[in-house]
Order: sequence, then structure tokens, then C-alpha cells
Amino acid sequence: MKQKPNEKYLQFVSATTPTTKERRTLLHAFFIGGTICSVGQFLRYMLSYWAGLSGDTLAGTVSVILIFLGSLLTGLGVYDRIGKFSGGGSIVPITGFANSVVSPAMEFKSEGYVYGVAAKMFVIAGPIIVYGVLSSVVIGLIYYVAYLF
Amino acid sequence: MQIIVSVLITFFKAFVVGGGICVIAQLLINLTKMTTARILVSFLLAGALLQAVGLYEKLVDFAGAGATVPISGFGYLLAEGAIRGAKIDLYHAITGGISAGAAGIASAIVFGYLFAVLFNAKTKKN
Amino acid sequence: MGRGTVYFKSAPRIIATYTVGGPKESEGPLGKYLHQRLSDDKFGEKTFEKAERKMLSYAIDHAVLSSARNFDGIDAVLSGDLLNQIVSASFAAREFDVPFIGLYSACSTMSESLSLGACLIDGGYMDTVVCATGSHFASAERQYRFPLELGCTRPPCAQWTVTGAGATVLSKEGNGPKITMATFGRVVDFGVTDVNNMGAAMAPAAADTLYRHFRETDSRPEDYDYIVTGDLGAYGSSLMDALMKDKGYSISSRHMDCGKMVYHPAETEFQGGSGAGCSAITLNSYFYRELTQKPIKMIFMATGALLSTTTSQQGESVPAISHLVVIDSRRGEAKCR
Repeated sequence: MKQKPNEKYLQFVSATTPTTKERRTLLHAFFIGGTICSVGQFLRYMLSYWAGLSGDTLAGTVSVILIFLGSLLTGLGVYDRIGKFSGGGSIVPITGFANSVVSPAMEFKSEGYVYGVAAKMFVIAGPIIVYGVLSSVVIGLIYYVAYLF
Repeated sequence: MQIIVSVLITFFKAFVVGGGICVIAQLLINLTKMTTARILVSFLLAGALLQAVGLYEKLVDFAGAGATVPISGFGYLLAEGAIRGAKIDLYHAITGGISAGAAGIASAIVFGYLFAVLFNAKTKKN
Repeated sequence: MGRGTVYFKSAPRIIATYTVGGPKESEGPLGKYLHQRLSDDKFGEKTFEKAERKMLSYAIDHAVLSSARNFDGIDAVLSGDLLNQIVSASFAAREFDVPFIGLYSACSTMSESLSLGACLIDGGYMDTVVCATGSHFASAERQYRFPLELGCTRPPCAQWTVTGAGATVLSKEGNGPKITMATFGRVVDFGVTDVNNMGAAMAPAAADTLYRHFRETDSRPEDYDYIVTGDLGAYGSSLMDALMKDKGYSISSRHMDCGKMVYHPAETEFQGGSGAGCSAITLNSYFYRELTQKPIKMIFMATGALLSTTTSQQGESVPAISHLVVIDSRRGEAKCR
């Protein structure tokens, strides 16, 4: 027989559980997130000025470089420190995506290169690929049908 | 002089919009205890949806990297690729999104593998 | 004496203990009481899992050594840990030529092993047993939460899994603190679903066991010098005090929590330590010393959350348990009620 939830206790708990100090975490997220985006903007300028890139190539190259940086900082053990400080500020930028790919891959190296590194690489980032691909195909199909008429 | 000012304004817009998107994520963390994967997925879907109705494009034009660097920009990229493909034919409607996101996915796998091989996970001190 | 409370007529003795603590624990307030302080939390091993089992076997080995016995004189090892299929305990026991009884009670394993060990001795089935458990921050984090290098934030109600292992040698005869009673816990679930708020999930189980113990032994909080819980943390401890107050027992003045004691407040990961190793190292270092130096009667009740990653992902609430033992170092016969 399943025990019934003790509503009185649960209410007490949700009223007294310590919560995050909001204003400070929001500020940290804003500054770190803004900084990472500014780095991206800096790369855009540099690449379009020095390498003459534009359009999709420019956007793609900026992403690749940011993913490289995010992966490197994860490998060096710095990114989790930034993450602890900034929360959403370092999760949402594309560097956070890189962090979510590299961190489990590194961690599960002890289970080998097939079942460890390769299989665990997308433990966290897998859903992003899955929903990204799904949504893009759905949107593509809808637009295709719309263009038919 | 004018160039410097316009560059500074571009940076400012990227900083504020990018930071703003991260603040929304932080608000979600504080209020709903969402985990990393859920936040990334919701922002990706939000970006794709906004682009599907033609809105995210405008944010990208306004804020540049401030809108493309967050993961919602990746969703925008996928949706935009699919919409472009849909103009060509059915085949490109399906492949367009992933083709547009190929650089991100390929580099994440390559660098992910590389650094997983090179480095070991360290424990946290605090 | 009552449902779930047993009284040990022969009062098995704690004749030796040994503790191993990780770097963070060694720097903490209890660091000076630990028998072995590690500067490297991999303990010279390649993986965190290997380090955890090495800590455990090291603690068992040295506890037996300091009891001035060899493994021929040990009838059984009772041990468990937090990893799936309690691999740390069984792999550690692989090194010893001794019968092994594997236990799982999450972070409550230390008091479960002590109470079962005392039962085996008091029943006359065995003379000397070793009770041990341990945990490792990195291996627990890998199994229950996220990869170590993932840049995620910890909510303020979260606790920090202790890296450490402790072992206790219980014997029929010898000098040392006596185990006089045990109350086995019930699985209590008040419906807390937040896996980061373990203190709130476990406090009702601890309060339930303690309340039953007071009722069934007709005792009061004043009968004990310390009431020591395992890893409720600061917030969970306050919840437990409130729950006990509701039932008419004021315990806050003598209530101590291993999770609250193991780290300095400044470095405390918000609420304190947790994990099977938390209560194991605290009992076997600090409290064992207190017990051997002063005549004390104390309650030791480690607390465990009985969840797995699967159950929490499927949205189940967190059931919890707490087993209780009474440890008495006062001279003379323990009074039988």
C-alpha cells in the first residue's frame, strides 16, 4: 500500500526550503552570458574583416570556434567553475552545449571508448539534437506544404 | 569615429540581448528547478518556433551574436535552414535544417571526442 | 520490547574503529579526528570507483589491525555502499578471507550494519564482526547526478556527498562502548519529490524512528547526551526538530547531525555533507573518541534516502529510512527496563 503524501508537511517544506538568492544570480547570468555573446560578436567582426567570411559560413565558423573554446575550457576543468558562478549565463550559450557534450564524454572514459566516451557523449546533449532535428523537419514539412498552395 | 560608435553599439546590443536571454534561463532555474538538458531543449525549441513564425530573424538582425550564440540561435539556424530547403523541394525541406546545423554538430562531436581523450575529469573542490 | 526495538542483553562492544577521509573532509572540522587523511581523492587509483572501494577495504583492514586481532578472529564483515549493486562493499570484501554480508540501506547503512552486527553477536551466533561503509563524492555524483565537469548550478538545499569510509569492530567481549539497543526503521514517505532536497525527504523517517524508540523504550530525550542523525543537513535537522516537537519531544538542544558537522560553515555546500561515508566517518572518529573519553549515552541514527535515478526520473517521491542504535560508554551494567 502506497503511503499518502503528507500535504501539511509538503506545504511546510515548500514554504521553508532555502531558495536561490535571485537578484545576484540573475546579475551573474546576465554578465557572463553577455560576455560570451560579445566574444561571438568580436569573432564575427574579426572573421568578416580578416577572412572575408559572410552569411552562413561566418555564422558557422563563429559557432565552431565557440564550441572549441567551450570544449577546451571544459577539458581544463574551468567551465564547471564558470557554470557554478553564472548558472544560466554559461548554460544557454553554444559553449554550454559544448560543455554538455564534453563533460560526460570525459567522465565516462573509464568505461572505454565505445560504451564510455562515444555512448555517453550525448547523455545531456542528445535531447537537443533529437528535438532540434525533429522541429526542423516538422517546420520544413509545414513550409513545404504551405508553398504548394 | 562613426564606425567606432556603430561597432560599440553592436557590441552593446549583443551583450544586452545575449545577457537577457541568459537571465530568462536563470529565472527558469531559480523558479522551476529545471536541469541543464531541459533548459537547453526549451530554448532550442523556442528559437526554432520563433523563427517558424518569422520573428527570431528580426532579433538576429538587431543583436547579431547576442541572438545567434545562445542555443536558441541554433534552433533558429535549424528552422531557417528547413524553411529555405522547403522552397526548393521536399528532399531539401527535410535535410535543410540539419545541413544548416552541421557545423555545430560536427564540431561538438570532434572537439568533444578530442578533449575527452586528452583530459580527465577532475573532482570538484567546492 | 516493542515492534522493531531490540535490547542487547550481552551488550556487544565497539572495540576498534578506523576512518579514511578525503581531502575536503580532512580540511573540515573533523579532520583532526580522522585516522587517515587523504590528500588525493583518487587514493592513487585510476577511477573514483576504485578509490571508493580502496578506502573501504583500507578502513576495514586497519580497524581489524587496531583491534589487535587478525582476520581469523573475524566472523563476518557487514558492509554496503551507495553504488549500484553495492560493488564497493563486495569488491572490498573480495580482498578478505571472511564471510561477507552485503547490506543496502543507502546512507543509513552504518547504523543498519551496527544493529545487525549487534544482533548476530547478542544472539550468540558470532563473536566478532566488522561493520563498515563508505561513499565517494565523485562516484556518487556520476551515478546520481551530473558529470563532474558540467557547468550546472547546485540548488541551495543540496548537500555534498562525503568522500570517506569508516569501519567499526564489534565484539562479544572487550572494553569499549556498548551497543545496548537498536530500533529498526520503517520506510517513511511523506511525498517529497525534489531529489535535491534530501533533508526534507529523510527528516520524517528519522523522526518516526526516534518517536517509536522513545515510545517503545519509555525514554525521553533527556535520557541521552547526544541524539546524532546521519546526514539530514542543516535544513533537514531543523525539520526533524520541528516534527519531534509536534509529537511532544524537544530534542534540538542535544540533536547533532553528522552532515552539519563534517564541513566548515563557510565551505559547507549549502546544507552540509551527505552519503553513507558521512555518518561512518563522524561516528567512528569524533564520536568514538568522545565515547572512549567520557561516559556518554547516545543515540546514533543514520538516515537514508531509498531512491534510484530511475525512480526519480519516473516522478516517484523519495522514501526514506533511519535505523537507530543506542551506544553507551557509561560504566556498569546497562539497565534493562
